[in-house]
Amino acid sequence: MQLLAGQNALPVQFAAGGTPQLTKTLDKAGQVLDLEKTLKDLGVWDDLQPAAIKTVENLYGKFNVMPYQFNIEGIWFNKKLFADQHLATPTTYDQLVAAAAKFKRSGVTPFAADGKDGWPLTRLVSGYLYRELGPDALEAVADGKAKLTDPAYVKAAQAIADLGRAGYFGKGVGSIDYDTATQQFLTGKAAMFYMGSWALGDFNDKTKNKIGADNVGFMPFPTVAGGKGSADQIPANVGLPVAVSAKSYNAEVGDWLSCITKNYGAASLKDQGTVSGFKPNGDTGTLPPLTQTVQDTITKTTTSTLWFEALFNTKATETSQTNAAPLVTGSLSAKDFMQKIQTDLDNG
Amino acid sequence: MRSVLGDRRAITVLLGPALLVYTLVMLVPMGWSLGYTFFKGNVIEGFTFGGLGNFTKLWNDPQAHSALWFTFKYAIAVSAGQVLCGYLLALLYVFVLRRSSAVVRTLVFFPVILPTVAVALMFQKLFAVAPQNGLANVALEGLGIHHGDWFAGAGGSFVVLVVMDVWRSMGFYGVLIFAGLLDIPEETLESARLDGATGWRLIRHIVLPLSAPVLLSSVVFSINGTLKVFDSVLALTNGGPGSDTTPLTLYMFRTAFSYGDYGYGSTIASLLTVVCLGVTLVVFRFSRRDLTKG
Repeated sequence: MQLLAGQNALPVQFAAGGTPQLTKTLDKAGQVLDLEKTLKDLGVWDDLQPAAIKTVENLYGKFNVMPYQFNIEGIWFNKKLFADQHLATPTTYDQLVAAAAKFKRSGVTPFAADGKDGWPLTRLVSGYLYRELGPDALEAVADGKAKLTDPAYVKAAQAIADLGRAGYFGKGVGSIDYDTATQQFLTGKAAMFYMGSWALGDFNDKTKNKIGADNVGFMPFPTVAGGKGSADQIPANVGLPVAVSAKSYNAEVGDWLSCITKNYGAASLKDQGTVSGFKPNGDTGTLPPLTQTVQDTITKTTTSTLWFEALFNTKATETSQTNAAPLVTGSLSAKDFMQKIQTDLDNG
Repeated sequence: MRSVLGDRRAITVLLGPALLVYTLVMLVPMGWSLGYTFFKGNVIEGFTFGGLGNFTKLWNDPQAHSALWFTFKYAIAVSAGQVLCGYLLALLYVFVLRRSSAVVRTLVFFPVILPTVAVALMFQKLFAVAPQNGLANVALEGLGIHHGDWFAGAGGSFVVLVVMDVWRSMGFYGVLIFAGLLDIPEETLESARLDGATGWRLIRHIVLPLSAPVLLSSVVFSINGTLKVFDSVLALTNGGPGSDTTPLTLYMFRTAFSYGDYGYGSTIASLLTVVCLGVTLVVFRFSRRDLTKG
């Protein structure tokens, strides 16, 4: 993509993949279409979910990607396993850890986690950070007002490292990939699974979900004692967003964009059962109860947060994700983990 | 023949096309890359002149140091393993299996033609602890060795990586050295045997010196191949855990293409070039000394 951009040869739409940083760089070079202006000119701006607009702006500084997906993240749990252990849904972090300890003792893996990719683990670090320091915890790092090596930040990494040290992620977490983690949760081998709502497709799929869709519950990341954040500040993202090339824009692209903005929301819900950042206008079909829960949670959400690496540069993102497994297996200390990332942020 | 090769025009016609292609696809990009080392930035934002900034950064970059160290460690371990196993295989073919070695040769050579990614996936599963205990782990536990998660630490990942790459390439070195051993005249071996040299002494005093040239080429091949390792690391450990198994090549690739820092990536590439050149020179120096002795 960098090569295509260097030759002014980007396709009309391209994945704004990797980190927001790359899209910001492309934007600075005049390659990315300003979608706020375009969609307002086309008269379809009101067909977007306000929460999605906010999330995109949090990420990119302005609205310049198409939110084909809109996801919220949190901890999905196996209701039956919780009932078996006589556990209520945890609302504080201490309750969460206590529940994990109880599962471990009874031979159930408390958390399924994709340690191979690393991000499901670092999401727990940011989840803790947002509850402890409030929703602007990581913006402060991006603005240089705080450092990841500050004691309050190291404390969050330490909390997640402690989960790993207690064995709550099961054996060999660094070798578990996304599909294996999903499978562990959906076959009832693991009690909890931190994941985004994009996994609804798997949860609603009867061939994959052996525990039954009505057995899956959703809880937001619980509050941390004495913390500034609250559990209704839900991490949200726009999945794999797609940017539009400024150089290839013409009237036909405009027609296409306005048609998609008007109709994509309903079509996506109806055909794939996935929630997008567009308002569902028209026929959405009957939604599975889990999808409905997610849709309701999105409607209720007023403040959304980002994920751990959202505002990092590419190198810091990679450092964070590749070192997540060593953090929870104990071969890297919480302080060194944060130090490594901070070094990459300082040099970026 | 001399008159043809003494003619300048003939030389130009014969060498020109090849030299031109070589210059275009090898020398120009190399020079270009060397030029990048003095610049910062990438193709999207444009480049700014950075002087020797990339070189001082390289000198002070702990990640580059650990990548260089890992590259050496890996090259030495795998080269030693490849050549040693290859040599032992060749001895097995020539002296034990003799004429019937074709089937074994084919079987041992087989991993060489398998795609690296497939081999890496297989080794991941063999040494996995979750979701199922891998076959290699089961076997080791049968022997009373409990290692735990191989890929959780730098040491374990390194061992699996070396075992995999030696297994993957020893067949190739086996055949290479086998060809060299076939060149040893039967009469020489026969007369040595008549003089009472058998087993280890025959190998130590007759076979080893006579196969020194092919052994040396194997070492050069092997070291240069392993210093530039990329695919097997990427597929097996992706440089992890953390960056514990990241060689220079992978670090270079990430710096240039993932982090978008072409200048620094090129600087790492030039370090790799210097390392390869240096090692090759050292190996050749040794070889020359040996030849004058022999």
